[in-house]
Amino acid sequence: MKMYRSHIMICRGTGCSSSNSEQIAVEFENHLKAHGLDKEVIVERTGCFGLCALGPIVIIYPEAAFYSLVKPEDVEEIVKEHLVKGRVVKRLLYAETIEEDRIKSLNQVNFYKKQVRVALRNCGVINPENIDEYIAFDGYKALATCLTELKPEEVIDLIKRSGLRGRGGAGFPTGMKWEFAAKAQGDIKYVCCNADEGDPGAFMDRSVLEGDPHSVLEAMTIAGYAIGGSQGYIYVRAEYPIAVKRLSIAINQAREYGLLGKNILGTGFDFDIELRLGAGAFVCGEETALIASIEGQRGMPRPRPPFPANKGLFGKPTLLNNVETYANICPIINNGPEWFASMGTEKSKGTKVFALGGKINHTGLVEIPMGTTMREIIYEIGGGCPNGKAFKAAQTGGPSGGCIPAEKIDVPIDYDTLTALGSMMGSGGLIVMDEDNCMVDIAKFFLEFTVDESCGKCTPCREGTKRMLEILDRITKGRGESGDIERLENLAKNIKASALCALGQTAPNPVLSTLRYFREEYEAHIRDKKCPAGVCQALLQYKIDPKTCKGCGICAKQCPVSAISGKPKTPYVIDQNKCIKCGACMDKCPFKAISRG
Amino acid sequence: MKSLKDLEEIRKKTLDTINMRKDQSGTRVVVGMATCGIAAGARPVLLAIMDEVEKNELADVVVAQTGCIGMCRLEPIVEVYRPGEEKVTYVKMNPSKAKRIINEHVMQGKVVQDYTVGAEEK
Repeated sequence: MKMYRSHIMICRGTGCSSSNSEQIAVEFENHLKAHGLDKEVIVERTGCFGLCALGPIVIIYPEAAFYSLVKPEDVEEIVKEHLVKGRVVKRLLYAETIEEDRIKSLNQVNFYKKQVRVALRNCGVINPENIDEYIAFDGYKALATCLTELKPEEVIDLIKRSGLRGRGGAGFPTGMKWEFAAKAQGDIKYVCCNADEGDPGAFMDRSVLEGDPHSVLEAMTIAGYAIGGSQGYIYVRAEYPIAVKRLSIAINQAREYGLLGKNILGTGFDFDIELRLGAGAFVCGEETALIASIEGQRGMPRPRPPFPANKGLFGKPTLLNNVETYANICPIINNGPEWFASMGTEKSKGTKVFALGGKINHTGLVEIPMGTTMREIIYEIGGGCPNGKAFKAAQTGGPSGGCIPAEKIDVPIDYDTLTALGSMMGSGGLIVMDEDNCMVDIAKFFLEFTVDESCGKCTPCREGTKRMLEILDRITKGRGESGDIERLENLAKNIKASALCALGQTAPNPVLSTLRYFREEYEAHIRDKKCPAGVCQALLQYKIDPKTCKGCGICAKQCPVSAISGKPKTPYVIDQNKCIKCGACMDKCPFKAISRG
Repeated sequence: MKSLKDLEEIRKKTLDTINMRKDQSGTRVVVGMATCGIAAGARPVLLAIMDEVEKNELADVVVAQTGCIGMCRLEPIVEVYRPGEEKVTYVKMNPSKAKRIINEHVMQGKVVQDYTVGAEEK
């Protein structure tokens, strides 16, 4: 690669791409050329920087100038000022990065200060479509170490000593999983990667695949060596086109370099990887369903045991790990298991990537050591809830997880504390809710998702979750009955105990955890027919306070269904039978005479 | 197929060119590139510096540019920041002088006294 004095890193992850970062990259290339700088400045398309709320993001080195919310029309100014004259364009810099007119180093900025990027180490730093850049930052060094210096059982021992646990949700010790697969008897063994990320609001696996695909390929090859497998499959969602494209490029480049295929690095070890695209069924993230889908069958789970480690893909011993789990493997081998185990808590080692979403200022991707508190994530890294609203709860683990209420905000996060709180780590989606969120409505949202995604094979999941949803729906429509809460709890208990796979067994969790911490909200819906957060439309009433109303008539003009009537200069009235509860009148009333309750 | 040695070579070569994205602890060579600098010929100086850095495979050297340093009459100006040492300001640069600075100051740690702002001001 040629020497360039300046590197323009443009995020081409899904977030920034959807706000036109490719056009920005092209504009940069055009303007650099026009100014004769194309031989000294290079434009690199890279993976996610994490601060998706401020995308499109452009970082220019060597200054590490962090430009946020860049628009194509800003590019010319950046080229003329920053790259021709060496003057940083301050108005476009992320405000947090400026201190006394100087650019702060990124790891001093609040969003990054507490983060430790292990799985995301290369995201935003390398061009994921260039294998050489991956190699430059110690890429394929761990593979070389394993193949030339370590026996398979020594590799497994390293992973066991690191304390790494599965990042897909359940948190099973990775080293043990590898050991089971290694000890299983079989002529052929498979290594699979679960990239069927389906939780609403979770996008860490996508970002790793988009920003650093080789880290997964290298780790799978190491896993192949450790368990004695020679074929790998990555099961990735077809809804992740950028990830699929970058993975395909990465696989081809690795094959060209002989890092995949026959006789890798001249050691006699063979390993190859193929992609399998999922068609968007949530249940295919469950391991036995995923395996069935790779085999070309309908994606449905089957009872375990036998576990995939003994009888998996095509009936052969199979190792299946999640994307983020694989992304941690190479740093463990390069830096040693003690380094990894020095981060985190007693039983949860290392770091975890969370996708921050919902009512939070810094929507995006963060990687923090296990044991960080929810308060640090939400207030210090995430910048708190927008518009100064009060934090109410955080939802972790997606449709399988639960809520952590505001009063538990200082609990250090790891696998075991989250389970004790009635939630779970899950894959790492973290949805923040503020005072305007109704917890019954949230539980209904997640249950709707699982009802939709239930494969229908077992009755508890197919019928039970549906019945739960019907009860929730009734409650939110003002038709809740006494005994509904008990009915929900009873159904939940039975579904958890009897569903075939984890999808069904965990489906009641959002309901149970909101019942545990926000029971009074359910009761308000059922008994008082009120939604305290003002979300459930059927339970709302808009009213005009006759004392405050000046009779200006603005509300009547706003109302799309002509439900408001009155004479000028006398108080107006809302006809509750006509009102569709859109809230347009309340937003426009200049005297704040309209209330919701 | 690549051997271990090939891999190591790719690593070294590519790291030289992209290290500026991670490690910022090495020497920084800064060229004044405001209008005054460019008019006085800062661009050929910058290119010569980059050339020399690349030719000598200096992995931990960052070439950057800055705005007007304030002494427009002495442009092109080049500043060298070596870790733990005082900044040295060179004035009235041209490509061959710049090359000497890379060879003597950046690579060997010997300040080229003749070109410094101190020598010019005497």
